[in-house]
Amino acid sequence: MAESRKRKYDEAALRTLTRDDLEALEIGAGILGTGGGGNPYQGKLLALEALKAGYEMKILATDAIEADALCMSIGGIGAPVVGVERIREGREGLRCLTAMEELIRTPVDAIVCEEIGGANSMSPLVTAALGGLPILDCDGMGRAFPEMQMTTFSIYGHSSTPSVMCDLHGNAVIFSHAVSEVWHERMARACVVAQGGGAMLATAPMQAHFVHQFAIPRSYTKAIALGEAVIRARRQQEDPIAAVCDLEGGRRIFNGKITDLKRHLRGGFAVGDLELAGFDGWTGETASVAIQNEFLIFRRNGVVEVTVPDLIVLLDVDTGYPITTEMLRYGQRVAVIAIPCHDLLRSAAALEVVGPSAFGYPDIAFSPLPKAA
Amino acid sequence: MYRVGIDVGGTNTDAVILQDKTVLAGVKASTTEDVTTGVIEALENVIAASGIDRKAIDAVMIGTTHFTNAVIERRHMDEVAAIRLGLPSGAGLPPMVDWPDDIREIVGNHGYQVKGGYEFDGRILSPLDEDEIVRIAGEIRAKGLKAAAVTCVFSGINDAMELRTRELLYRHCPGVPVVMSKDIGRHGLLARESAAIMNASLLSLADRTVAAFQKALVQAGLTCPFYITQNDGTLMAADVVRAFPVLTFASGPTNSMRGAAFLTGLKDAVVVDVGGTTTDVGSLSHGFPRQASTTVDIGGVKTNFRMPDVFSIGLGGGSLVVNGEKGISIGPKSVGYRVRREALCFGGSTLTATDIAVAAGKADVGDKALVDSLAPALVEAAVARINAMLEACVERSRISSTPVPVIAVGGGSILMPDRIGELEVLRPENFAVANAVGAAIAQISGETDRVFSLIDGKTREAALAEAEAEARDKAIAAGAIPETLEVIEREDTPLAYLPGNATRIHVKVVGEMGAYHG
Repeated sequence: MAESRKRKYDEAALRTLTRDDLEALEIGAGILGTGGGGNPYQGKLLALEALKAGYEMKILATDAIEADALCMSIGGIGAPVVGVERIREGREGLRCLTAMEELIRTPVDAIVCEEIGGANSMSPLVTAALGGLPILDCDGMGRAFPEMQMTTFSIYGHSSTPSVMCDLHGNAVIFSHAVSEVWHERMARACVVAQGGGAMLATAPMQAHFVHQFAIPRSYTKAIALGEAVIRARRQQEDPIAAVCDLEGGRRIFNGKITDLKRHLRGGFAVGDLELAGFDGWTGETASVAIQNEFLIFRRNGVVEVTVPDLIVLLDVDTGYPITTEMLRYGQRVAVIAIPCHDLLRSAAALEVVGPSAFGYPDIAFSPLPKAA
Repeated sequence: MYRVGIDVGGTNTDAVILQDKTVLAGVKASTTEDVTTGVIEALENVIAASGIDRKAIDAVMIGTTHFTNAVIERRHMDEVAAIRLGLPSGAGLPPMVDWPDDIREIVGNHGYQVKGGYEFDGRILSPLDEDEIVRIAGEIRAKGLKAAAVTCVFSGINDAMELRTRELLYRHCPGVPVVMSKDIGRHGLLARESAAIMNASLLSLADRTVAAFQKALVQAGLTCPFYITQNDGTLMAADVVRAFPVLTFASGPTNSMRGAAFLTGLKDAVVVDVGGTTTDVGSLSHGFPRQASTTVDIGGVKTNFRMPDVFSIGLGGGSLVVNGEKGISIGPKSVGYRVRREALCFGGSTLTATDIAVAAGKADVGDKALVDSLAPALVEAAVARINAMLEACVERSRISSTPVPVIAVGGGSILMPDRIGELEVLRPENFAVANAVGAAIAQISGETDRVFSLIDGKTREAALAEAEAEARDKAIAAGAIPETLEVIEREDTPLAYLPGNATRIHVKVVGEMGAYHG
């Protein structure tokens, strides 16, 4: 379908990503993953291999493309623990793109990232590169969330079906219609188990003006800048955690050592609680973090201080590298930082889907972190 | 029970003899190119120093950095066929994809991807392409490759395809050793595969090294069994090392930290091991080294071994002291083991950190008269610089703000001040041979780390019990006394984002080594 494709953007507005950008993105996407979203490392390796093979990854601001351009959001679905053992084949996303264009009989103009936090930051880049398309500098979450209906696209009225789901075997599954976004998520989740625990899923394309209005903006430039800040601070032997806070209007809310870690499975999701004993300025204090794939609720001395959808990020105290829920271990020393989420995640409609009550905490009200002046 | 601990480092070969919990004697010798000569010298000296009858020695435990150094220095590594069973999964990421170019070239960059592998729930991902394995066997013969490493997707759940591949390779290229990833690493394909490939490339070095140890023991008239320490501070039988040399990676820092804990009786402390060229700093927690939480690079290759969280700086007894325009700098360049020839206090012409310690009256080695001419201001400034370097890495390794003692070990620990910040520095007796002591007290372990499917009514508790039983069986097979086994690690990580029922379980048990009465 490439021959019928007409370019709907100015090439001068494209930013071509380099190897260094991908290295920084790996760290930045890990930070925005708030403990979940899977490790971007393998996705980065796939992206680096694509660069080596001569493909290019070009990001584009959401207002730099014509309003009626068709933009297809894509992300991985499945278990990260499976993904580190059964690695993706590499072209699942491209097969989603081809299948989608055949399904809707229209060429897609640009790729959109479903979720900037964690592993899903990388796979849309590879899809875009292999498909010869630009990728918009935005995403549907601004962080990581466990389920597909939790994108701003779904929250603000886009129906994600018809969607296409491709696995490494070559199977392509089309969900032609779901009566709700939650139904779509439920069916896709059942399907991915049959597909072996990992697949790529592309949702129904959106028009660029919708993406511009409702996507979390500048996700790639932000994530890359975060990673660069950590790398630079480490090189100059400055505090990487302060560098992260400065950039994203976040603040360090605790330094602690992990004293207890409980994990169990609920409905296919890793649920747990983390206890911390403070040190440095927090000596004598305790804190806890409730986990549901991501870090959801932060309490200090038993009092709720930060809740989802604001970002609760755990970083290695020394290196500033992000710590995922799967890496948590007794005795680890971590810095907890809180970053205010984007306003699009703070509306009543959004909080219904991604606020504390949506994760089973009906008694905890979202109290937004103040934004930095 | 008499146990001998030997640490074969890049510079020194140290030996100790323990009678139960008492160190009878400890000595240092130089490491030799052939390994054997240095080990014999250390053994003879320590036996003489202890005054015991060598026939009474029950076991010899050896710690060695030989295999780690081979990878770091890119030496003694063979070319290897790296065969992955799992296509179409992982097609975009070939074996060794994230290795530094130089080491990938050293092992020959012979990566093969073949159809095969399993899904997380045990289903077959692709049937094994046996014809392709036979074809690869032909290439192995034609290229004259020395070994093969086979890694199958989800071999932790089912090892049948790795076993079948090994059988085919044995049949079609007899004499070529085959390493199966399921024996080496844990969950996580790339890291396990990399470990299997490195292991395969070190097999012939392992053969030579273990033979050298054996020869040394025979020449010293010892008939007892000998063991080699692995990265977690536990032991492997010598024959196991022939098959799995990579399991010795990072055993050096582990031994010196465990030795420091033993010599002081402390369970919680910061351990500073000052050698000739580098200083390693790590934390002891409950008597064991604190583990690194991230993947650990060995010579630039990511592995998922459990390693102690050790921070290294380029400061040691042989470090060069340079008084330049920007003030005093110390290290990372070092005269290393030549310190006893090249340092000023030994009559050489190079100003080293050891000379500073001698001039400052902190150490009594060599001839103090030879460093009398050093300007007091220079000595003072250099001491301040050394102390600042040590303080910075101790601070980094502290687990909490609770004051804990600092244990100074290693031959270069004469550089250590009596206090580091608010922390007291302890120098146990035999501090210079703490790593050999750590080897001598090592225990035996068994480990399981794989994904369990909770199907057909199997409960999580049943899976945990199964994992523990597997780990215990492995430890007993390796020589542990069953009654002494205890679980030191038990982790259970449900597979997130999947409504299926699968959980990854990691269990490790350790116990005392059984006495050998041969």
